[in-house]
Amino acid sequence: MTDQRRIAVVAAGLSNPSSTRMLADRLAAATVAHLAESGIEVTVDVFELRDHAHDITNNLLTGFAPPALETMINAVVSADAIIAVTPIFSTSYSGLFKSFIDVLDPDALTGKPVLIGANAGTARHSLAIDYAIRPLFTYLHAEPVSTGVFAASSDWGASADAVAPLGARIDRGARELAEAIARRESAASSDPFDPANYLGEGKSFGHLLGGLAGE
Amino acid sequence: MSDTTTWPGMQFGIFTVSDITEDPTTGTTPSEAERITATLTIAKHAEEVGLDVFALGEHHNPPFWSSSPPTTLAYIAAQTERLILSTATTLITTNDPVKIAEDYAMLQHVSGGRADLMLGRGNTGPVYPWFGKDIRQGLPLAIENYALLHKLWREDVVDWEGQFRTPLQGFTSTPRPLDGVPPFVWHGSIRTPEIAEQAAYYGDGFFANNIFWPAEHYQRLITLYRQRYAHYGHGTPEQAIVGLGGQVFMAANSQDAVRRFRPYFDNAPVYGHGPSMEDFMEMTPLTVGSPQQVIDRYAGMRDLFGDYQRQLFLVDHAGLPLKTVLEQLDILGGEVVPVLRKELQRNRPAEVPDAPTHAALVRAQFGDDRGRAFRPGANRGDNLVGERPYTEATPRAGAAFGAAATKGA
Repeated sequence: MTDQRRIAVVAAGLSNPSSTRMLADRLAAATVAHLAESGIEVTVDVFELRDHAHDITNNLLTGFAPPALETMINAVVSADAIIAVTPIFSTSYSGLFKSFIDVLDPDALTGKPVLIGANAGTARHSLAIDYAIRPLFTYLHAEPVSTGVFAASSDWGASADAVAPLGARIDRGARELAEAIARRESAASSDPFDPANYLGEGKSFGHLLGGLAGE
Repeated sequence: MSDTTTWPGMQFGIFTVSDITEDPTTGTTPSEAERITATLTIAKHAEEVGLDVFALGEHHNPPFWSSSPPTTLAYIAAQTERLILSTATTLITTNDPVKIAEDYAMLQHVSGGRADLMLGRGNTGPVYPWFGKDIRQGLPLAIENYALLHKLWREDVVDWEGQFRTPLQGFTSTPRPLDGVPPFVWHGSIRTPEIAEQAAYYGDGFFANNIFWPAEHYQRLITLYRQRYAHYGHGTPEQAIVGLGGQVFMAANSQDAVRRFRPYFDNAPVYGHGPSMEDFMEMTPLTVGSPQQVIDRYAGMRDLFGDYQRQLFLVDHAGLPLKTVLEQLDILGGEVVPVLRKELQRNRPAEVPDAPTHAALVRAQFGDDRGRAFRPGANRGDNLVGERPYTEATPRAGAAFGAAATKGA
């Protein structure tokens, strides 16, 4: 097994260019740098949900992902870790971000390390990471690292937080994600259509029948 | 009228969900009575145009009417001679497997062996609590209930204890399956590998509804089912019994088909107000166009899924008026299916089994054309005394399986 890892970055910004994407790129670059220090090679796939917004809505309505969205979903759920960044709208993650989460299989992110990022106009929204976004990933049994990185508009300029500047917060979150990745084996393929995965290795249908078949 | 008796390899038919939907072009919604009567007409017309199968869904909430498929199918059986009556699907999760065993054995008898059924878990959440079940147990219910159903049709006296149903001691499901051969069972699923595994384990058929999702989803399930069918020793992967759904709307000229069907598509339950009809046609087997376009699309299904045994079309939904549905059946039976029979027969390997019929199952089980008759002990009120509740099963007198066999179904 090679030690090549892969991070999926999901950015839910709506404008282009977006400060959500800027934050996402900074988080990804910092994570790659930390992994490099540990000798771990990593590739990064960046997905902007804006590009998939129509497909996400169609998936909500029809129950299946159109091909482009399906490819993207597969890349996200099979990554070694996720960097998820959303703008804060009306005190929570954006509707597009939640809609994307809603079309994932509920088990798809189980055990997945996640670095949460969020951005908004002012720092008064910064707790949204901990009262809205973190519970969402906890519900999905993902493993969000303890630091979430919030960027207010001012963080990008003159009146930024001088004591804990954005760069330092990014670095801390990225380090935690890099450590979570390094602690784990490479994400194993989990083909849901492999009998070993839905029956258990070496087991037969009798296993599903339980006591009825004496297994 | 096409000749359907020359090639037993594949069965073609229609399946209906029994939705009562407003016709978006007129703003009128049929009554339950009108839709039920219309569906009976549609089923009878399916036979008239040379189709082989009519399959009916099961729902327990408006705007659907089909809560009791065995009743409806028994009526249709009495009004037809050749048509195979099936379901799409029978809820194996919330129905009592004992009642399913009784109802469909009964349907087998009154239809002269023209009954089979397709089992599914259902996709309407509240149905589970309405029938005292928990949707989170959907898969275990499907697995345990079918294990019991399978046993009830094969063992004259059943002792049973499971997780979900009250135990049975010395229970005999009556009537016994016609000729001692249970109705053929298809297991339907759109996403669950365990159901493909279940179908393979028992050597039953697997049906992919093939309507709402891209072909790749169903390819994975069917490939899995075929591999596991072989794994459990029922034959080669190519010998597994596969059924597919499909959805078509036709007119002589494809532009007319598109123009006429679009308002129904755009407002249809499930996918209406979602993707465009063009996108949906690209992503799923929905084909709206000329009969030739439908032939080309569905003749290609075996390239995706392997040679298969049953093709059902959805033509009766989304508010389409009866007259239009009957026209669709005329085109299907008159122009499309006869060509598909020829196309799909061509180069079909000899080892691929024919579509399942009662007659063929009797032959497979008993090695001859004579089914078995079950005669209870005279005036006996119990089935616990003695070896079994029936005197030794004897071949049915006369030529074995009634109208279905003699008419070559």
